[in-house]
Amino acid sequence: MTRVLAGTTGKAALLALFAFAIIGPLANLVLWSFAERWYFPFKLPVSWGLRYWEVVFRPTGVAMQSLVTSISIALLTVVVALALSIPAGYALARLRLPWRGAIMIAFLLPQAFPSVAIYVNVARIFYGLGLAGTIGGVVLVHAVHALVYSVWITSAAFAAVDRELELAARNLGASVLRTLFTVTLPLAAPGILASAIFVFLESLDEFTGTFFVGVPTVSTLPLLLYSAGMGGNYQIASITALILLVPSILFMLFVERFLRADVLSRIGR
Amino acid sequence: MSESRTAGLLLVAPALLLVSALFAYPLVFSVASAVSDPAGGVGLANFAKAFQLYSGDILYTVFIVAISTALTGLVSIAIAGYLTMGETPWLVSGLAWLYRWPLFIPFIVAAQCMRTFLAKNGMLNNTLVMSGLFDPDQTVSLLDWRGIIVTFVWKQAPFVALLLAGGMAALDRATIEAARNLGASRLRCLIEIVLPLVAPTLMVGLILSFVIMLSVLSVPLMVAGSQPTMLTVDISFRINAYGDYPVANALGVISYLMTAITAWIYLRYALRERQEKAA
Repeated sequence: MTRVLAGTTGKAALLALFAFAIIGPLANLVLWSFAERWYFPFKLPVSWGLRYWEVVFRPTGVAMQSLVTSISIALLTVVVALALSIPAGYALARLRLPWRGAIMIAFLLPQAFPSVAIYVNVARIFYGLGLAGTIGGVVLVHAVHALVYSVWITSAAFAAVDRELELAARNLGASVLRTLFTVTLPLAAPGILASAIFVFLESLDEFTGTFFVGVPTVSTLPLLLYSAGMGGNYQIASITALILLVPSILFMLFVERFLRADVLSRIGR
Repeated sequence: MSESRTAGLLLVAPALLLVSALFAYPLVFSVASAVSDPAGGVGLANFAKAFQLYSGDILYTVFIVAISTALTGLVSIAIAGYLTMGETPWLVSGLAWLYRWPLFIPFIVAAQCMRTFLAKNGMLNNTLVMSGLFDPDQTVSLLDWRGIIVTFVWKQAPFVALLLAGGMAALDRATIEAARNLGASRLRCLIEIVLPLVAPTLMVGLILSFVIMLSVLSVPLMVAGSQPTMLTVDISFRINAYGDYPVANALGVISYLMTAITAWIYLRYALRERQEKAA
């Protein structure tokens, strides 16, 4: 009996330790966001308050501008990535393509390469084209990096659509285009939406590309977090980090609803 | 049939064009810049300068990424292994709920978390002091190479554990049960039976993690001081402080080579695996 009890206590202690390792860093972030004054050697903030939240959420503040910039860039990136990926994904899923495997890998490469050196040179090329420091330049850089998600997931979504349904529509006299717009696209829509969410988050969280291509004019939330954190303003950095966490956590909770198993099992094939 | 092939290529072309313009072209550009000789023509002068200035940082980068990858492997095997073979239901479900949290947290947010958590006055040290394990004067800031490793493992181990747990769940339970019935301990069963079966998944997860850790700029920039530092920070510094593209690109090519070596190790492993299966 005591052995069982000791075992249970040991297991509970292990789980508590693990919980501390996972949640501790996040809890520290939350503490900082409500700390008005906190200095050594105090273990907890000296005075608490919402002052910095008010600073961040002030409608005319820098943080709100960065939030608007971040969301605009993310939405534009979704538009660009989907405009390129829906045709590409359809072709990869439904049409005969030479070197299909190589084409799939080509979209993976920007993610599978140390990217800092690539961004440095993209920034240099953009400088010559007048794209450096513009929203458009940042959107293009984000889109290239996100293509692996959007192409692979849309392709899987199209592959999961039952061919029989398309054939039935064609037999009933619908044209190829009409079948595409009334049968194939609506059936693939949840998968396409899932890929849009992936692209949105990838763009929202992107730091390195924006750091090189967006300077000095484009400031997104990750760049604000960086400059606030490095400048020693831990409250602003922590609140910005918490704002960035919201969509990520929502996504973690709901991803399974958008990405059904039949689509998931076809990704990358 | 050839008509549908042309249509297919036309549909894929715009996306491929973007990858060529913003990935392939800059890649060629960086290699060309790295091997350009300051005196004209082609040469290795930039690499010589890169090694002369940054050989310490190159070793530091390899050291950090290698240790982080190894620890990521160990932690993820422990998590996925317990999720698959654990016999205490509440512990399994508690672990399953907890371990995923860092998965979708951006690196820059993880870096800011660790900047506060691992500091001398951070929550880790404060908790150790409050629990009586440490004296206040024993606390040290972990914001150096240790902090980078902790952040990388914190962020990547859940990712590899997710892949591994998926792979383990797909295994035939009968083999595991048979071994258990023959008296093998759970740990022995995990190491000798389950792990070899999911080894390909583990390899893929670890190699992806290796490349990701090699590419992250925000973590070494925010978590650790500037000397010594990782290659990503050196590349950024070389550009922002000196506008020195040739040496920055030489460092870039060195990081490509590190990726290429891991890819080569993986391909050799995958090939041997395939041959063994065929035999």
